[in-house]
Amino acid sequence: MKLVLLWTDMLVWLLVIALLVWSWIVSRNPQVKKIWHTIFKSSIAMASSVVLLFYLLFTLLDSIHLRLALPAESQKSQEVAYEAEMVSLLDLVFEHNIQNTERTYSAPFATTEYASSIVVDENGVTKQVYLPLKHVSANDDFVKESLFALSLGVLLSSLLVALHIWRRERSRFMLACKEIWQGESDLPWRTAYGTFMLLVVTFTWLYMLSYSYHVLGTDKVGGDVLYQSFKSIRTGVLIGILTTLIMLPVAVILGVSAGLFGGWVDDVIQYLYTTLSSIPGVLLIAAGVLSMQVMMDNNPTWFETTLERSDLRLLFLILILGITSWTGLCRLLRAETLKISQMEFVTAAKAFGVSKLTIIRRHIVPNLMHIILISVVLDFSGLVLAEAVLSYVGVGVDPTMHSWGNMINQARLEMAREPMVWWSLFSAFVFMFILVLAANLFSDRIQRVLDPRNKA
Amino acid sequence: MLAYIIKRILYAIPILIGVNLITFMLFFMVNSPDDMARAQLGAKQVTPDLIQSWKEERGYDKPLFVNTKAQGLSQVSDTLFVQESLKLFTFDFGFSDSNRNIGEDIKERMMPSLSIALPTFLIALITNISLALLLVLFRGSMLDTSMMIIAVMIMSVSGLFYIIAGQVLFSKIWHWVPISGYESGWDGVKFIILPVMIGVFAGIGSGVRWYRSIFLEQINQDYVRTARAKGLSELKVLFGHVLRNGMLPILTGVVVIIPSLFMGSLIMESFFGIPGLGSYTIDAINSQDFAIVKAMVFLGSVLYIIGLILTDISYTLFDPRVKLS
Repeated sequence: MKLVLLWTDMLVWLLVIALLVWSWIVSRNPQVKKIWHTIFKSSIAMASSVVLLFYLLFTLLDSIHLRLALPAESQKSQEVAYEAEMVSLLDLVFEHNIQNTERTYSAPFATTEYASSIVVDENGVTKQVYLPLKHVSANDDFVKESLFALSLGVLLSSLLVALHIWRRERSRFMLACKEIWQGESDLPWRTAYGTFMLLVVTFTWLYMLSYSYHVLGTDKVGGDVLYQSFKSIRTGVLIGILTTLIMLPVAVILGVSAGLFGGWVDDVIQYLYTTLSSIPGVLLIAAGVLSMQVMMDNNPTWFETTLERSDLRLLFLILILGITSWTGLCRLLRAETLKISQMEFVTAAKAFGVSKLTIIRRHIVPNLMHIILISVVLDFSGLVLAEAVLSYVGVGVDPTMHSWGNMINQARLEMAREPMVWWSLFSAFVFMFILVLAANLFSDRIQRVLDPRNKA
Repeated sequence: MLAYIIKRILYAIPILIGVNLITFMLFFMVNSPDDMARAQLGAKQVTPDLIQSWKEERGYDKPLFVNTKAQGLSQVSDTLFVQESLKLFTFDFGFSDSNRNIGEDIKERMMPSLSIALPTFLIALITNISLALLLVLFRGSMLDTSMMIIAVMIMSVSGLFYIIAGQVLFSKIWHWVPISGYESGWDGVKFIILPVMIGVFAGIGSGVRWYRSIFLEQINQDYVRTARAKGLSELKVLFGHVLRNGMLPILTGVVVIIPSLFMGSLIMESFFGIPGLGSYTIDAINSQDFAIVKAMVFLGSVLYIIGLILTDISYTLFDPRVKLS
C-alpha cells in the first residue's frame, strides 16, 4: 500500500490543520469561547453541526487515497508494484458495491432488472422477461436482515455515545447520563446524541443491506447509486469549503487594505471588485472553465490517471469559483474596516504610534471575525447548490467524477422513460438537501448570535 | 441629476474596458487565434497558409496588445484587443462560429427571455413582500415560526429539483400544461405558466426571509413606537410606516436586477425549451462558441451597470433626503 496525495487532498488536510489550530487559539480566549458556547446552546445548532461533522467525516475518508500493491505472484522483482488506479478509504469501505455492478437500471431493493428484455428460451420461444440481477439473490430475508442491521446500529451508536459521555464526565457518569436524558445538561446534548444515533443507525442499515441489495438502485450502466451518493459528498463539501479557503485571504487582505489605507489603494481595489462583480457570475465561471478545458486539452502531460485529471479539474473549478466569489465579502469588509478605523480605540492606537500591521492584527481583524464567519457558512450552502447547476450547464466538475450534479444530469436524460427512473435523482437531491439544510440552519444560528444588529 | 448620470456613465467605461480585458485574456491567451483557426478549419489538412488566410479574413492576424510594427498611437490601437473592444462598445458582436449574426440573434431572443423573467420577477416580488408583511404582523407566533422553518427548507432544495418535480407532476402525470416549448403572443401563455410558477416558488424561501428581516429591522425603530403610541392600528403602522421605510433597502436589492432580466435564466430556459438568451448562452457554452459567450458577458455587464445607475436614481425618487452629487 502506498499513500498518494492528490492536490485537493492536500488542501483538505491543510484546512483540517488550520481548523484545529484555529479552534486551539479560540479555546484559549474566554470571550470567544463564550460566544461559541452560546451558539451551541440551541438544539438546532447542535443537531445540524452533528450532521455537518458526519458529512465531513465522509469527505475525510474519501480524501485519503491509496495505491494498493499488486498481488505477490505477479511481481517478478523485489520491488513492490502498485496498481495504476488509486482508491480512497471510502472506496475500500464500499468495495463490494463497486464490484457488484449490474447490467443496467434496477430499482431500489429490486431483485430483477427494471426493464424487461427479450430472451429466447430452450424451446425456441421468444419471451419478455425481467432478468434477475446478478448480485441480488431473490431469497434474502429482508425483514430479518433489516432488524439485524438496525439493532447493530443502535448498539454501535449507543456504545459510541456512552464512550463520549464517559470521556467528558468520568467521575459522575450515571448522573450525567440522567441529566442528558432529561434535557437538563448545559448544552443540548440530548439532541446531538439523538441526531448522531439516527445517522449511525440509518447508515448501518443502508450499509449492511448494501451487501445483499442495491439499496438505492443502480444507474444506466449498473453502478450502485448508494455508493455514488456517498462518493459525491466529497465533491460537494470540497467545493463548499475549499472555495472559501481560497477566497478568504484575498477578500480579507483587499477589503482591509481598501478600508484602512484609502486613497489610490482604495480606488484600485474598488475598481477591481466592481469590474469582477459586474460580470454575470455563471458566465464568468463558464468562461473560466472553458478556457481551463482548452488549457488542459493542450497539456495532457499534467496528469497521469483519469482520477488526477478530474482532481485537477476540480481544483481549477474551485479556483475559478474562488476568484468570482470574493467580491461580495470584500465589499462588506471594506465598509466595516472604514467604520472601525474611525473609532476611538484605533485613533488612540495610532496616536500611541502602534504600527499599521499591529493595528490590523489587534484591532481590526478581530472585529471583522463575525462578518467573515457568517459569510463563510452562508456561502457554503450556496456553493453546494451551485455545483449541481454548474454541472448541468456543462461547466461543473469532470463528467467522470462522482457528484450530485452529475448524477442529476445523467438521470435527467431518463425523464422521458415510462415509468420514470427516479432513484438517482431522488438520492442526489436527498443527500444534497440534508447537507444544505444543516448548513443553512447552522448559519442561521451563527448569524443570530454574532450579528450585532440582533442584540437589540 | 443629468450631470450625475453622465458622470456615472463615464465611470462605467473603465469598468467595461476591464470586463473586456478579463474576457479577452480568458479567451485569447489560452485559446490563441491559431488554435481557433485549427479548431474551425476542422480535421482537414491544415497548412500554415490556410490558418493565415483564415486569420486575415476575420482580422485575427494582429498582435494581442502591442503592435510593434506600427507607429505612434496606432502601436496600441492597431491591435486585436482594441479592435475587438471597440466593436463591442458599438454593440457590434460580430458572427458566431456557425456564421450567424450575434446581434440579430440577441434581439430576436430577448422577448422570449423577458416573457419568462418579467412575470417571475413581478409575481415573486408581490408574493414575497406580502408574505413577509403577514409574518411580521404575526411575528413570534406559531405561524411565523413554522413559516420560517418551511422557508429554510425551501431554500435548501436545489432549484433543479423544483424544475424536474414540476415538469413531472404538472406535465407528465396531470397533463395540465405542455412539458416544454414556446410560442409568442397569447397562445404562448400555457408554455410560460409552469416556468414562472416554479421560478416564484424556488425563490420564495430566501425572498421571504430577506424581506422579513428588513421589515423587522424597521419595526424596532423609534418612529414605529411613536406611531403606535399615537394610537395607529397595527395594520396602518405596517403599511404606512414599516413598508414605506423598508422600501429603501428593498430598492437596493431589487432595482439592480431589473435590467438583467433581459438575460433570462440559463437553467429555466434550457429545461423548458424557451428560445431566449439563457438557452442561447447555454448552447454557446456547450458548443464552446467563444464569440457568443463574450458578447453575453459584455451585455450582462452593461445591464448590471445600468441597474446600478437606476438604483441611484430610484433613491432620489423615493427618499427626499438623498441628493446625488
